[in-house]
Amino acid sequence: MKPKAFDYIRAANTEEALQGLARGGDDARVLAGGQSLVPMLNLRLLEPEILIDISQIASLAYIRVDAGMLEVGAATTQAALQHHAELGRWAPLLGAALPHVGHYETRGRGTVCGSLAHADPSSELPLCLATLGGEVVLRSERGERVLSAQAFQLGMLHTDRRPDELVVAARFPVKSQGTGYGFDEMAQRRGDFAVVAVACAVSDGKTRLGVGGVADKPAVREWDNLAGGDVDDALNEFAWELGGFDDVHASASYRRQLVRRLGSRVIEEAKACRN
Amino acid sequence: MIPGIVCAAMRGEMHEQSDKGGYVGRSLERVEDPILLTGRALFSDHLPTRTGTLQAAILRSPHAHAEILSIDTSAAEALPDVAAVLTGEDIAAMSDPFLIVLKQPMPQWSLAVAKVRFVGEAVAVVIASDRYTAEDALQSIAVEYRVLQPVVNPVAAAESQAPLVHDEVGSNVVSERDYVYGDPDKSFDEAAHRVSISVHYPRNSQTPLEGYVVTADYDPTQAVYDVASNFQGPYTTHPVMAKALRVGEAGLRLRTPAFSGGGFGVKVQIFPYIVLMCLASKVTGRPVKWVEDRLEHLSAASAAPNRVIDIEAAVLSDGKITALRFHQLDDYGAYLRAPMPGPLYRMHGVMTGAYDIKNLAISNRVVMTNKCPSSMVRGFGGPQVYFAIERLMQRIATELDRDPLDVIRRNLVPAGVFPYRAAAGALFDSGDYPQAVELAVRDGGLEELQRRRARAREEGRLYGIGYAAVVEPAHSNMGYLSNMLPVEERRKNPKGGAVSNATVSVDPLGTVSVTADSIPQGQGHMTVLSQIVADVLGIGPEDIRVNLEHDTQKDAWSIATGNYSSRFSSATAVAAYQAARKVRDKLARIAGQNLNVPIEQLEFANGKIFASDNPDNTVSFYRTAGSAHWTPGSLPEGMEPGVRETGTSSPPELAPPTDDGRINTSLTYGFVFDYCGVEVDPDTAQVRIDKYVTMHDSGTLLNPMLADGQVYGAFAWGVGCALYEEFVYADDGSFLTGTFADYLCPTAYEIPEPTILHMQTPSMFTPLGAKGIGEGNCMSTPVCIANAVCDALDVDDVTLPLTPSKLSALIHTEPAPPAAAAGVTPPGAGRTLTGRGEALVPAPPATVWDTLLEPKNLAAVIPGCRSLERLAENHYSARITLGVGPVRGVFHAQVRLSELEPPSALTLSGDLSGPLASSRGSGHLRLAPEAQGTRVHYDYAFEITGKVAAVGGRMLDGAARVIIGQFFERLIAHVGGQSPSAPASWWKRLLKALGMAS
Repeated sequence: MKPKAFDYIRAANTEEALQGLARGGDDARVLAGGQSLVPMLNLRLLEPEILIDISQIASLAYIRVDAGMLEVGAATTQAALQHHAELGRWAPLLGAALPHVGHYETRGRGTVCGSLAHADPSSELPLCLATLGGEVVLRSERGERVLSAQAFQLGMLHTDRRPDELVVAARFPVKSQGTGYGFDEMAQRRGDFAVVAVACAVSDGKTRLGVGGVADKPAVREWDNLAGGDVDDALNEFAWELGGFDDVHASASYRRQLVRRLGSRVIEEAKACRN
Repeated sequence: MIPGIVCAAMRGEMHEQSDKGGYVGRSLERVEDPILLTGRALFSDHLPTRTGTLQAAILRSPHAHAEILSIDTSAAEALPDVAAVLTGEDIAAMSDPFLIVLKQPMPQWSLAVAKVRFVGEAVAVVIASDRYTAEDALQSIAVEYRVLQPVVNPVAAAESQAPLVHDEVGSNVVSERDYVYGDPDKSFDEAAHRVSISVHYPRNSQTPLEGYVVTADYDPTQAVYDVASNFQGPYTTHPVMAKALRVGEAGLRLRTPAFSGGGFGVKVQIFPYIVLMCLASKVTGRPVKWVEDRLEHLSAASAAPNRVIDIEAAVLSDGKITALRFHQLDDYGAYLRAPMPGPLYRMHGVMTGAYDIKNLAISNRVVMTNKCPSSMVRGFGGPQVYFAIERLMQRIATELDRDPLDVIRRNLVPAGVFPYRAAAGALFDSGDYPQAVELAVRDGGLEELQRRRARAREEGRLYGIGYAAVVEPAHSNMGYLSNMLPVEERRKNPKGGAVSNATVSVDPLGTVSVTADSIPQGQGHMTVLSQIVADVLGIGPEDIRVNLEHDTQKDAWSIATGNYSSRFSSATAVAAYQAARKVRDKLARIAGQNLNVPIEQLEFANGKIFASDNPDNTVSFYRTAGSAHWTPGSLPEGMEPGVRETGTSSPPELAPPTDDGRINTSLTYGFVFDYCGVEVDPDTAQVRIDKYVTMHDSGTLLNPMLADGQVYGAFAWGVGCALYEEFVYADDGSFLTGTFADYLCPTAYEIPEPTILHMQTPSMFTPLGAKGIGEGNCMSTPVCIANAVCDALDVDDVTLPLTPSKLSALIHTEPAPPAAAAGVTPPGAGRTLTGRGEALVPAPPATVWDTLLEPKNLAAVIPGCRSLERLAENHYSARITLGVGPVRGVFHAQVRLSELEPPSALTLSGDLSGPLASSRGSGHLRLAPEAQGTRVHYDYAFEITGKVAAVGGRMLDGAARVIIGQFFERLIAHVGGQSPSAPASWWKRLLKALGMAS
């Protein structure tokens, strides 16, 4: 369990990182917190030739609100966001989801943008980004582009990031008046990859539910004027549409069960905390 | 008070007063803790190695069952800093096969020879300057396999047509033995009820923090292999290693460290690696070190055997059981390694559990399958047996409409009958089981728990209570395996007993040192030995240095040496006690001469030796011991100088099996009674342990705090077995739980605080009165929780681990799909990855057909194809790089096109092999013309085994679809003239076509 040799570049600033990516292309990987990447390197599941460490780039370590969006820089750890004093006001959904992201220890190094870029279908942060309708900012020496969550995450471990691009920030819409949020997940142990995770935002007439862990990427469904009596049918339809899959931890049927039961729980929760 | 130990009546200035008198029986803080907590302890990987030590890495089989056709190591050997590469052929030439208990033709070496029999089996070893280089070299070894049909399920393996794991044996059932005690047939005929249950106990293991570590150094001048390893014994495997290495026992010096990153039984199975590294050192002429990594540990170290048990009871109408009948099928995986099949026979004497049942029939079968060899794991056969017995007790209660506790009480071995001979030969040393149950019911608050269940049920919640009563055997009889041999063979070579050793010495300034054969793994043996020796010699534990590093060239040992079967407190502790008694006797003779007092009238306390009737007539302990060093001429006549005594323990109760197959399998038998309340979440089906009570009678507690530590540890693993832990294999033999994200060990969050209760009925077979306590909850907790869950859900049968997914299937009925989705088959049912779909390719069928049939075009279409070579008509070999997201690997592939129906259908099949995985499968394509081109309908089925299957199970299904997506992307790009890096819209349309995007 030792990685294959690679060149290590500790980028001092974003420009250095982008230069490295432009040069290295597909053979380069970005190292931020390393909580997913390093175990995969040790297992030799991937063998990049260059590792570009962005964790020390001070200008990428920030949390700010701008134009109704909560923007989180690429060097910001999950712990830094979780413990930000304003998080509950800005993005209660993230406040509810972050304690489920890995463990206390891994959140101290793992980054918010790293989790999005890794695009694990069970991860909480991509689910929140998709449910809230957030976006990802990508930069390369060629320029900058902004992708919606849906356009960014294409499938399992697969995003629309091009080899020379760096995810420099993620933007989550700030909580709007009259919207309620809910989050829940089923993981066998605290901190495990979620078997199924659900996130919900309920506002006037609209119910938006995101589901992680069932398809290749977070799936989001929005209903207009979903009446209480229709919730079960709506969730059953969504569950069957997602299908699910069998693995050592859970059957496809159990995953559908969780979509229905946890989905119903978080819709209630989101309705209850609307203000 | 402990018989035979003199207690000081007075306490002097050197030592604190103790109300209780001695140190034994007190919760002394651990001597080990300051060493561990300040980071001074050396674990095996920290042990110093000689300059020039090389590092080894091991190539492992991706296949569950395959012939090894060839191994090409030349590229690996050519790499700089690689010292040697050894394969099974090399090893077979240099060493003999390992000895096994059964006389069956199933030879095995430390590397696979000719055939691999489980995923993870060691195939080759690279020895290089460092581990990085060694792992680089592993990727350069090319192994050609011919994949054989594996057999994974033990029941299927036992059938006559099953593929054979070991061809020469002629059957996968390598041992079959029946035992009858009393007259079970008559009891069953006469019984009012016959209650039976069939259980499948899963594979699991208590995974240590530090895996296997071996450093081997061959000294050609003396022909000695010098090994440092965290091997844990039993040392019955030392002669097995020595024989394999073709040396006498003195030719294998085995050193174990004082500290261990945990063992739990698992570390006996280092022994094949010890032999392998010895041979590697001999070949390279340098010391060789190997450190096991976690994937190696989970896939290839060891596991407790999974077992299928059919158990039946003859029951009278009042709930009294008159006979038990067992059919056991124990699955040892690919090889039977010493000391196997221990888990099947360690419990033999105690198969009637805590119950007074006179009639018993046992049928034992040992079966081989294509899985990791199973071996010793804490509990050692007990969890399997008690899962069957205690689930049966609950079934009897349900069928007779009685309270389960009632059925337990009615059948317990009664008070006042000890020593009690159980039906199959166990000699229970002491106890009062009914009283222990009543104390647990009272002090643990069972009535309140029953009220809580009633309230919960009134509210419609799923709440249940479970019970388990267990006799915990400890200190194994080394002869128990001989009970599986025919009686004539047993008579010729009767085996029984267990010898323990410890040495106590006193240096010229009176400091006491203790060495012993306990090979500790974190239990606190140093602390307890210092307590015992302090009491005998009348000094303080702080004046005693205990060193439990062990060295077979310098320390006393026997085949029973080691850390297993909870033997410490009745074995090594007793040997240390006897050694201290010898030292005391010697010093008493010296002091008696100097003080002119008969030795029977001497007492030892506070660092002094004095006349019991005249404490002023005294001499110091250190001066007395010193005289044996400084002035040997003054010693009593005939006495040898120096003070160094070795004590042994060899209990006569551990006799060979009798002719009628009865055997006292262990020396001591503790009693454990547990009950618990659990609640199951109605939505997620997750189990919450509301309260857990565990009562132990383990005889005298030498250090109650350490005893509780053992209970906590065994309980934690019991919770793991009940709810989380299982080594999972797919039907094709691929191993699916190669990381701690897949093999789930409970953490502090998941383990509730148990209520621990004790009573102490001293063992009559050991001078300290103490029994083992390290394994009881491994046996009681899984079944106690299972019984509670059955009670909560009102179901008859459950299989461990009780995962939410399994329990959901028992309590939830899935609503039908809405009409629009009817007929949709969700992907991924079963382990073989299957799927189907369609894609629109913008070219007529003839063009698509030509693309697939023309090698150059095919090379362009296969994702990541670097080269494609034609082997025969429509048969190619290829080198391809496949990946999902950042995960990428290089594979050698064989591709075949068959079932050709130009231009409308064909089958594309093949196999892949590479460091990440091996895979076999096929896809069927149908081409249908459409206005915009060709509609390609496809369905596929394939299997993946190897590293990716073990560590990335939850990703495989999605990964398959991504790679198929890549295939069509390239096909579309090729026939449509687009480059593979087509605009995103292409990709999105494709994803949509594949049902992977909305």
